Amino acid sequence: MSVREATPYVPKPVSTRFLRSELMLIFGRRRNWAGMAALAAIPIIIAVVMKLWPGGGGGPDFFNQIANNGLFVSLAALTAELPLFLPLAVAAIAGDSVAGEANTGTLRYLLAVPVDRTRLLAVKYLGVVIFAFAAVALVAATGMLIGLLLFGGGDVLLLSGSMVGFGEGVLRVLGVVLYLGVCLSALGAIGVFVSTLTEQPIGATIAIMVLTVLSFILDQIEQLDWLQPYLLTHHWMDYGEFLRDPVDLGALVPGLLVAAAYTGVFLAGAWARFAGKDVSS
Amino acid sequence: MAEAALREGGDRSVPALGASSHRSDDAVATYGLTKRFGHQVAVDSVELRVPRGAVYGFLGPNGSGKTTTIRMLLGLIMPTAGRHDLLGEPFQEKAGAILPRVGALCEGPAFHPYLSGRANLARLDAADRTADPRTVKRRIDAALERVGLTAAAGKRYRAYSLGMRQRLAIAAALLTPRDLLILDEPTNGLDPQGTREVRALVSGLAAEGATVMLSTHLLSEVEQICTHVGVMHQGKLVTQGSLAQLRARAQRRVRVETERPEAAAETLTALGLAEVTTGPGTAEGLLGELAPEKIVATLVHDDVPVRGFGVVAPDLEDMFVELTGEGFDVSA
Repeated sequence: MSVREATPYVPKPVSTRFLRSELMLIFGRRRNWAGMAALAAIPIIIAVVMKLWPGGGGGPDFFNQIANNGLFVSLAALTAELPLFLPLAVAAIAGDSVAGEANTGTLRYLLAVPVDRTRLLAVKYLGVVIFAFAAVALVAATGMLIGLLLFGGGDVLLLSGSMVGFGEGVLRVLGVVLYLGVCLSALGAIGVFVSTLTEQPIGATIAIMVLTVLSFILDQIEQLDWLQPYLLTHHWMDYGEFLRDPVDLGALVPGLLVAAAYTGVFLAGAWARFAGKDVSS
Repeated sequence: MAEAALREGGDRSVPALGASSHRSDDAVATYGLTKRFGHQVAVDSVELRVPRGAVYGFLGPNGSGKTTTIRMLLGLIMPTAGRHDLLGEPFQEKAGAILPRVGALCEGPAFHPYLSGRANLARLDAADRTADPRTVKRRIDAALERVGLTAAAGKRYRAYSLGMRQRLAIAAALLTPRDLLILDEPTNGLDPQGTREVRALVSGLAAEGATVMLSTHLLSEVEQICTHVGVMHQGKLVTQGSLAQLRARAQRRVRVETERPEAAAETLTALGLAEVTTGPGTAEGLLGELAPEKIVATLVHDDVPVRGFGVVAPDLEDMFVELTGEGFDVSA
């Protein structure tokens, strides 16, 4: 006598159910709402301050442009958040990815469902990637909205001195968002790897941030110029290329290659570490 | 207990005749399963045989290797040596196909604290590639109903009592129909009413045809619902078999009540009983292979005035203390 149903469900070759469940965990969690609210607060703070106390000059390029075109709130906010806030947000999610499940003990129940370990890592990493793109997009979109509201739109003055229409300006900001999404996804790959090493998600997050800050510091030391092109964060600021005319996509290739290399190496490391790991949490 | 007696007839711990394959048809079969942590051997060459349809009580003191064994059965930790089959299939090669048919409770409940009980079940179901998304609501409702958690389904897991958490973990094991349930301490943290409900649930699942392997500290639980028992001690499986076999293996004693214990002891010794002792008004000895009625006849023949005669089988607790040298928490 079998207790199985007479007509068993035939699983689809590819199902997005688990990924959707993962995204609900990430985007449904109040802690993460707070983090995203903090990310979105920066462009609002920048825009309001620039509105209340205009001028000043001498600040970074994007800041000077804000009074002329609200679109630059997006770029100013991304520039301001790239050294700490955005990496920290990705580090929090990536650090939590495997270590968080191990910490609550839910990892053992997922594996017993069963979830294939490679599939679990793939879904966890995809969740981190989607969050990284969403975080950058959130900053840019919030900046654009508040910028347009307070300063209006119009033609965009590029770094190279030429003007493009507002629509093209938006497209160029979109290019920046995608480029930074890729950069932060590489950080996410390091994060998922670190997350397989521990059962303490906070510890993993701190370790990821330490690596990020270390990369920024090494990037400042002149004697290490031979090393700098290979540092994770070295090419992050290359997104300025989108503000030149014409855009030379070739200038973005080194940054994309470094991101791809870090992603490949650390995902392979995560797999090697996790595929045969004893889960005793 | 009637059910238990029926099941003993179907005991398949002995390989079936003509079985040319070395694979047994047992629901759980381990072959030299061993786990070492450093140079400490946590599980040592364990040969589990859980027959299909059995309710198998997996017993042992704390730290005897039960949970490590269960983690290996579920593929959470890798054995240092040996292998195992679940539901007649080799686990190493076919874990992905076998595990959907296995419901598990492993070392206590674990869920996302900020999700409701229902959302936690939906999360686990979403992770199951073999689960039918069209029936998920019905299956979650049925599982919650079965463990009596329907009313609290919308509450956050954080707010659950230990008993409710335990029930939710059992509900998770019942989300899809299972052929094998591996339940680590399923009544842990439950009140007496909840304990009774879970025992009824386990018996019900077994009656539906599922095999249940449950680890427990409670000997009363074993006597009430288990058909088979395996006892772990210091990483080794020290005994295994049906409850009836285990009881038969136990050394029964005869006890004679008489005014002349010395004379009774003489007769018992003459009959070849070992460990003959006397007390005030009693004489005792190990029964061995002798028929009790022959002892009574001989006592009467020897003019020993017999006031009472009994065969005393040691209870499970005595047997386990004998096997493991350690006490069990029988009162908890």
